[in-house]
Amino acid sequence: MAPPAETAPVFEEAAKREYKYGFVTDIDSEFAPKGLDEEIVRFISAKKDEPEWLLEWRLTAYRHWLTMQEPKWAFVKYPEIDFQDAYYYAAPKSDEDKPQSLDEVDPKLLETYEKLGIPLAEQAVLAGVAVDAVFDSVSVATTFKEKLTEAGVVFCPISEAVQTHPELVKKYLGTVVPYTDNFYATLNSAVFSDGTFVYVPKGVRCPMELSTYFRINAANTGQFERTLIVADEGSYVSYLEGCTAPMRDENQLHAAVVELIALGDAEIKYSTVQNWYPGDENGKGGIYNFVTKRGVCRGSNSKISWTQVETGSAVTWKYPSCILEGDNTVGEFYSVAITNNYQQADTGTKMIHLGKNTKSTIISKGISAGKGQNTYRGLVKALAGADGARNFTQCDSLLIGDECGAHTVPYIEVANPGAQVEHEATTSKISEDQLFYCQQRGLDPEEAVSLIVNGFCKEVLKELPMEFAVEAQKLLGVTLEGSVG
Amino acid sequence: MSLLSVKDLHVSVDGKQILNGIDLEIGEGETHAVMGPNGSGKSTLSYVLSGREGYDVTQGEILFKGENVLDMEPHERAGAGIYLAFQYPVEIPGVSNLTFLKTAVNAVRAARGLDELDAINFLKFAREKGEILEMKDELLKRPVNVGFSGGEKKRNEIFQMAMLEPTLAILDETDSGLDIDALRIVSEGVNKLRASDRSMIVITHYQRLLDHIVPDFVHVLAKGKFVAQGGKELALELEKDGYAKFGIEDDADQAA
Ligand SMILES: Nc1ncnc2c1ncn2[C@@H]1O[C@H](COP(=O)(O)OP(=O)(O)OP(=O)(O)O)[C@@H](O)[C@H]1O
Ligand SMILES: [Mg+2]
Repeated sequence: MAPPAETAPVFEEAAKREYKYGFVTDIDSEFAPKGLDEEIVRFISAKKDEPEWLLEWRLTAYRHWLTMQEPKWAFVKYPEIDFQDAYYYAAPKSDEDKPQSLDEVDPKLLETYEKLGIPLAEQAVLAGVAVDAVFDSVSVATTFKEKLTEAGVVFCPISEAVQTHPELVKKYLGTVVPYTDNFYATLNSAVFSDGTFVYVPKGVRCPMELSTYFRINAANTGQFERTLIVADEGSYVSYLEGCTAPMRDENQLHAAVVELIALGDAEIKYSTVQNWYPGDENGKGGIYNFVTKRGVCRGSNSKISWTQVETGSAVTWKYPSCILEGDNTVGEFYSVAITNNYQQADTGTKMIHLGKNTKSTIISKGISAGKGQNTYRGLVKALAGADGARNFTQCDSLLIGDECGAHTVPYIEVANPGAQVEHEATTSKISEDQLFYCQQRGLDPEEAVSLIVNGFCKEVLKELPMEFAVEAQKLLGVTLEGSVG
Repeated sequence: MSLLSVKDLHVSVDGKQILNGIDLEIGEGETHAVMGPNGSGKSTLSYVLSGREGYDVTQGEILFKGENVLDMEPHERAGAGIYLAFQYPVEIPGVSNLTFLKTAVNAVRAARGLDELDAINFLKFAREKGEILEMKDELLKRPVNVGFSGGEKKRNEIFQMAMLEPTLAILDETDSGLDIDALRIVSEGVNKLRASDRSMIVITHYQRLLDHIVPDFVHVLAKGKFVAQGGKELALELEKDGYAKFGIEDDADQAA
């Protein structure tokens, strides 16, 4: 995996270049490229040629952010982040700056891809190799685009959508995660660099999984991603996010916002396999992943399903949630979070039942190895009007070794006497019996642990699209390397 | 040269001496029965041969194909051809029997310098072996041993043995928990797996298994030592007269 120590200078170089050749000419030279103030916000907005309303929205968010405190309630520890000691805008590297072939890429990174069984062409994309040097991505992208256009699906970088579909972006942006929501979401609202926009029109079943692979080609997303997915009435879309492999993310802080809106009878399935750089075995380095993900089932009979496999990052702070506004709406959360070495994860979900006969299911599998700390934090809330609301929650923790920890923090707030909330929790250890049994059948200790862990996560992994599931399984194995024997 | 050569083997568990000087020579293709009262150390012998952690060899040696297995990890021994059908098979939730076996088969194949089986060939192979043991398809798809009846677990152990093609198979009380029909099917399965290049150690309390799987040699274990060795007629004697004839009282009674 790419240690940030190696990649950071590259990033700084890129940022400095920006400063020398583009940045400084656009803004007053007394502003340093590092740090955050209104000028930087204006600069980002101007760079993207945004309409006035969006600039105003960013600025309002920025001013609000100044009044906020970093949240401290999560069960994670990390050194104070100096928000002035970071870059808030960096254009994607141009192709000339990128490695021109796989030969120029850190062999350690390639080794990891190899283990994950990622095809060469895709490895190149993930490693940020100038794509044209490897294969003709343009034609691939075009076939996808044609098919989607035919179906009327909009799938593009959000910065592009602001230009091409301003009415849609304006109508929905910030309606699920308002700019006042929380420290990181507010920061994101002020400075979001780019991200993805999806709109699926009425009655349309999106003809393909909208996948990472394509997204990486289509949009070069940075540390403050903003994703907005709207499924209009009766439509369906499945979106696969993330890093199917350790991305070369040069940044330490990753604060994304994802908003999902499902109108009546619509369904959104959102799957993530997150494998940012977790830091080394001594807990040095790694990504702080502070993400706000929330979906609203706005019309009746709609459904939102989150599936996540969190294997990376040094610190994860993430609660993909569903607001079940419409009657008979369904929210699902399937999660595997794994921590090894010094990784910390505080993750879970919120299911907010507003409508009648709303249903939610939460299946959370936490795995801790090494000195990893894993916390499930979940809220199930049924408001007074949520007649017949049902929730089922199952939280299982698996411990590997004696130095790790698992914690379960369920909050339940029920204002409707007819609502039913069920919570089950278990904590187990991989038994010596199981390990020996597997080993007696020829599996080495790492294969054995990986197999047992995959079995433990089965209920969640089966929710992932087939190809993703295979990669996720391999990732679990890679993440746990060195956790036994 | 013997396939397996155990000399003066002393084993302790948690500081407690369990095996007190075992000598055992097993030639290629031979089937040896090991009998003995509860707690005499039969399972301990099977664990120490397969390399389970916590079973400390304090004296003696174990050679398998002329090599010292005490230096080998359990999975390396499995790769080398040692297979243990467990007295108490272990459950692995969420992992289907077939997935488990595919991983296992390919792991031992790799260790033996053979190519991996792809999904199609693996399934063909599994079906073939499954038929010998009349394994229900449903059992192949279910998670390893989870919710299996006692008899189904034992049958599954022999099915796995068929798949992993060991040179030395240790069957630890495979007959316990099997009904009459299952006992016949499983022992017929075992007999089909007997071969000139496959040796077996069959641990059992009862002659009825040895009626089906006729051993070449019988060893009687008591208090961690072999107290009698002979041909298949030894088992019949035991059946008739019990252990008392060998001057053994029930170890379990003594321990109690
Ligand atoms: N961890 C342990 N600590 C102490 N004693 C142990 C331990 N494991 C096994 N033993 C003892 O070792 C002795 C031999 O056990 P073993 O399981 O090998 O017997 P067995 O011959 O297989 O009996 P059975 O016929 O009941 O299966 C028993 O007295 C048992 O209690
Ligand atoms: Mg026993």
